[in-house]
Amino acid sequence: MIRISGLRKSFAGHSVLGGIDASVAEGKIVALLGASGSGKSTLLRCLNGLETFDDGTLEIAGFSLKSGSHNPHTLQALRAKVGMVFQEFHLFAHLSVLDNVTLAPRVARRTARAQAEAHARELLAQVGLADRAHAMPRQLSGGQKQRVAIARALAQGVSVLLLDEPTSALDPELREEVREVLRNVARGAHSASGAALTILLVTHEHALAHELADEIWTLSAGKIAGVAERRREQSP
Amino acid sequence: MYESATQPGVIIGFEVDIAEALARELGVRAKFHQNDWSNLVPSLERGDFDIALNGLEDTPARRARLRLSRPYFVYGETLAVRAGSSLHTLSQLSGRRIGTLNQTVAQDLLQAQRAEIVLYEGQQEPYMDLSRGRVDGVLLDHVIADRYGCGQPGLECVKQDLARGTYVIGIRPTDAELASRVDAALSRLIEAGELRRILEHWRLWDARQQELSARAPVAPLSASASSTALAAPPSSTAAQAAPSVESKPSKPTLSVAQLGLFFRGALITILISLCAFGLALPLGVLLAVVRSHGGRVSRFFATAYIELFRGTPVLLQLYVLYYGLSSVVRLGPIQAAILGLGLNYAAYEAEVHRGALAALPRGQAEAASSLGLSRYQVLRHVLLPQSFRIALPALTNDFVALLKDSSLVSVITVVELTKRMTIVAVELRDWVVPGLLCAAMYFALSFPLSRLSLWLERRYQSA
Repeated sequence: MIRISGLRKSFAGHSVLGGIDASVAEGKIVALLGASGSGKSTLLRCLNGLETFDDGTLEIAGFSLKSGSHNPHTLQALRAKVGMVFQEFHLFAHLSVLDNVTLAPRVARRTARAQAEAHARELLAQVGLADRAHAMPRQLSGGQKQRVAIARALAQGVSVLLLDEPTSALDPELREEVREVLRNVARGAHSASGAALTILLVTHEHALAHELADEIWTLSAGKIAGVAERRREQSP
Repeated sequence: MYESATQPGVIIGFEVDIAEALARELGVRAKFHQNDWSNLVPSLERGDFDIALNGLEDTPARRARLRLSRPYFVYGETLAVRAGSSLHTLSQLSGRRIGTLNQTVAQDLLQAQRAEIVLYEGQQEPYMDLSRGRVDGVLLDHVIADRYGCGQPGLECVKQDLARGTYVIGIRPTDAELASRVDAALSRLIEAGELRRILEHWRLWDARQQELSARAPVAPLSASASSTALAAPPSSTAAQAAPSVESKPSKPTLSVAQLGLFFRGALITILISLCAFGLALPLGVLLAVVRSHGGRVSRFFATAYIELFRGTPVLLQLYVLYYGLSSVVRLGPIQAAILGLGLNYAAYEAEVHRGALAALPRGQAEAASSLGLSRYQVLRHVLLPQSFRIALPALTNDFVALLKDSSLVSVITVVELTKRMTIVAVELRDWVVPGLLCAAMYFALSFPLSRLSLWLERRYQSA
């Protein structure tokens, strides 16, 4: 469950988010479309506290955020429930694939290494990289890196997944492997088994948005210009 | 004799007056040449100047090497102690910590008594350390003792000279004619009372000087051993700690004992360098983290620290730490050396690590925070392991620089590798062999380190 109320943010006097009110029900997938600079990435980054905001409130994964700086402990707890995937992957260059995925569970959640690794291997299998667990990030293709980043974002059993243009930095021929992983994640989000996963996907790929999302928000000049709901066909 | 410069840049002193009087007698003009006292003899031999007239003491070793004039000054070895001390003879000094200047006869006398010798580079510092209790006594010639030591509060000087010796003029052995002319001129100055007038002007005429005329007939330019061999230098900088007091006429060669002392010096260099770097590295990382991630106030202090320690000479910092703060913290020489170099290098390491942290892509910290890691965990597990790899070549560079900078700690009485080299060089009258040996040892220390660093870099790259 995500609720956004009156969210405003400006950078150096320039309004980026001009009052956003919206909510996402648990287990739903929302795609955010909009031109560059429309504020969709900033909105996403506000949701896990990477950006502060000037006015309004946010409720996400059972936490609420207010304008101004956030309490670091609240943020840490929130981020354990809200995963994020970046356009540029941001894998930790000095850690193997497996260690990238297990770092947060081991260090921030204090999960035992064996348990964290077992879970990480499951996730890596889900993104099709079971055999690359000991590879270093620089040995991977862009598509592979993004699949690791998705596994890393999911490793803590998050209830919300924020995807910030996950395919934009990839060559067109590598995008499909990431889309395929996203389809799997989305299917998991909609399946009755396991905890419900709410997904916000910022993308320029209209086809992907229409394929995966329950709702499509179109942002323009820092406001939601349109919301399109779609009845998904039920699980395949 | 002593560097009493009331006018900056002008050399004055009784020896300047003697030199000018001699020049008048010889019908030449005296031209003064600034020289490191401990290299007076090698510089004379090189031909930098023709006459060495600066507290050069009459010793058998010098007689074997130079032509020496008749004495122009008689000095007494004076023992300064803390008031109430029971020390007042040479034999009592066995095993005690006694300060002196390098390359002096006082040092030879102390060595013969098996005293624990602490060598200083300046004339005032030994008396400061005596006041602070870092040494039990200071043995130097009476001119220095009277000027810097005996009048100090809490200190007193033993009334009787522990030994007596003379200052003579050194001339190259090949300049036989010049030597006899200098000697004759000096004799005329003594007989005419001119020397006495000069010494009285400088308040240096005392009962000791009556020996001057008595000593006149003693074949001054002969190569035979002199009567009493002792002396003290005026302004010295270099080194000396002879393992053997007696000097042989033949050129000595590197002994096993000296080689052992070389290794000891190398060990002290390694010890100081490793400990100082072991202090500089974590402190530098801490400063870098504070500077790039800290609050406004802590950032200000970290920046101030870095600018202070980077912006002032490490030599000055060592002096302040060892002498300046000795009333607050009384550090031993080795501790002061490690602390001084470590605090100084921390400022450099801080900048290296700050640069390395800044070189990391911003996304690394964001990705780590977005996973719920605390600020400390982000630094510890994501940023520092990566910045350390970036910093590694610069760290190696700094450690090698520190290894060599550690030679500066000789100013606070630590005898490390370079200091040992200068001591042995003076003993051997040869700079080539000790110099090469010293260079080889530094190289043996720094080269494996460079290889280790390269290996680590490659390992990180391929990992």
